[in-house]
Amino acid sequence: MATTEAEPAVEIQSGEPNEAGYRPFQLGEFKFRRDDYFVYIDWPTGSHVMSADAFLKALQRDVAWDFFYGIVNFDGVIGTVNHYGTVDLFAGRYNDGYRKAELDHLENMPTPAIRETFKAMLDDWTNETFDPFASPDETGSAFGPKNGDNRRAITRHRVAAARMVGVEGDEQIRSDESGFPVNRHFTDVPQDEPEIRAEPGFEDELASFNLFAYLSRSDVTWNPSVVSVCKDSLFCPTTEEYILPIIHGNDRVEWFLQLSDEIYWDVEDRDSGQLRSKVVMKPGDVAAMPADIRHQGYAPKRSMLLVWENAAGDLPELISSGKLPTYPVEL
Amino acid sequence: MARFTTRFGSLNDYEKGRVEVIDDEPHHYAFSNVFETASRSRPYEKVAVGKNRQYVLEAIRAEGTSDWRTCAHDEFALVMDGEVRIELAKVSDSQAPDPDSDGSVTLDGEPAGPPMGEVTARRGHMTLLPKGAAYRFHADTPGVILMQTIEGPDTIFKWAEIVQTTP
Repeated sequence: MATTEAEPAVEIQSGEPNEAGYRPFQLGEFKFRRDDYFVYIDWPTGSHVMSADAFLKALQRDVAWDFFYGIVNFDGVIGTVNHYGTVDLFAGRYNDGYRKAELDHLENMPTPAIRETFKAMLDDWTNETFDPFASPDETGSAFGPKNGDNRRAITRHRVAAARMVGVEGDEQIRSDESGFPVNRHFTDVPQDEPEIRAEPGFEDELASFNLFAYLSRSDVTWNPSVVSVCKDSLFCPTTEEYILPIIHGNDRVEWFLQLSDEIYWDVEDRDSGQLRSKVVMKPGDVAAMPADIRHQGYAPKRSMLLVWENAAGDLPELISSGKLPTYPVEL
Repeated sequence: MARFTTRFGSLNDYEKGRVEVIDDEPHHYAFSNVFETASRSRPYEKVAVGKNRQYVLEAIRAEGTSDWRTCAHDEFALVMDGEVRIELAKVSDSQAPDPDSDGSVTLDGEPAGPPMGEVTARRGHMTLLPKGAAYRFHADTPGVILMQTIEGPDTIFKWAEIVQTTP
C-alpha cells in the first residue's frame, strides 16, 4: 500500500506587528522586517535594505517556483540556492565585495522551513493594492502602512502540465469564461484554435492548442510554467514585461527561445557578478544560458518567451563536479 | 487602433538579435534563429537549434509532404510559421519503435494501423505527437515547425553553420 509521509509542521518565527502594521520574521540568524517603503534584512555580519516592491516581487517568484532551479538572487546581495530538499539563504555569497571582506553569510535550511516562512512573509507584507506578479502598469502600490491582503494574487494556481495543456485531464486552455481575458499588449494575437478531425475512437488521443493565444491570456509576468513534457524536457513559456524581478543564477544550462517581440538580457558571472555579455533576443532567436552565469531580462513590451528546461535531477552535480561542461554544445 | 503591435517572426520576415560579448565566448550561447536555420534547410530536415544532453529542439522547414515517422515517446510540434496539416495513424506491431529508443525514426512505408485523424495547425499552434503513433506533415507553402523531442538518428547538428561565433 502506498503511503505518503507528512512534512513536519514548521514553526514560523515571527513577532508582533510594528507601527506600520507589518510583522517581523526570522529564519536562522537572518532577520526580516518592513516598513512603509523598505524591507530590512539583518544577519550576524551585515545588513541590507531593499525597496518593498522589489523584495515582494522577488519573494513571490521564489515562493511560487518553490526555489526554482539554482539561484534566485533577489538583488546583488540577498538570495536563495535550491538544493532540492534544502535551501541556502544567503547574503553577499555571490557578491565579490562581500566575499572579499568576508562579510557574506549563508545558512542551509530544510525547504519546508524557508518555504513556510517566506509564504507567511509574502502574505503579511503584500497589501490588497499590490500584485507582485503583475507588470508595474497593471498593479497598484506596494507601499504605505499595512492595508489588507491580496491572497487571490499571491496564491494563484501554478500551471504545470503533466503531458500538454489541452490534453484530457491535464491543464486546460484559457478563455474569457475561465477568467483569463486577452492582455492589453496582445489584443492583436490571433485567437483561432487548430482544427482537429479525429477518427471515431481516437477523440481522446488527438490534442492541439493555440499556445500563442494561451500566452496572450496570461495574467502574470516572468513566471515560467510547464505546458508540455517530453520526459525531463520541459517547455516553460512565460510572458515578460518590464524587468525580471530576480537575477536567476543557473545550476544547469537553460535555453530561451523568443516567441514574440524583444528582450534584452544582462548576463553576469554567476559567482562574482562580473558582466559577461548582453544578449538581444528577437522573434525566432534561440540562446543558451550557460550553467555558470546569472541573468536578468528587460522587456519593453509584453513578450512571449519560451524557457526550455532539463529537469534531470543529476544535472547540478554533474556540472559542479566538472563532468559536464557549463555550456551546451561544441562547434 | 491598438497601441501595441505584437511582432512574430517568419521565414520571409525575421530580424536576428545577437550576443554582445563582454567577457565570454559567443559560442557558449549557441545563439541562432529558427527562421534563419529553416530558411537554409531542406524540407523536413531536423536541425537542432537547442540541445540539453539528450534533449533537443529541432527547427524543421515544412514544405510539401514529409515521410511518415514514429517515436517511442511523446513529441510536440509547435508551428512557428505557415500552416501545417498533421496526419496521425496507428502502426502495426512490426512497425512499432523500440520502446527504449529516443527520437523519431522514419517509418518503412505507410502505417499499417488505422488512421487516427488529422490536425491543421497554424502559427502558435502546438500539437501532441503521441508516443507510438505515426505522423506526417504537409505544407502547401513553406513553413517552420519547432519540435520538442530527443536526439534521434535523423537529428542534424550543424552548429558551426547556424550559431554566432564572433563577438
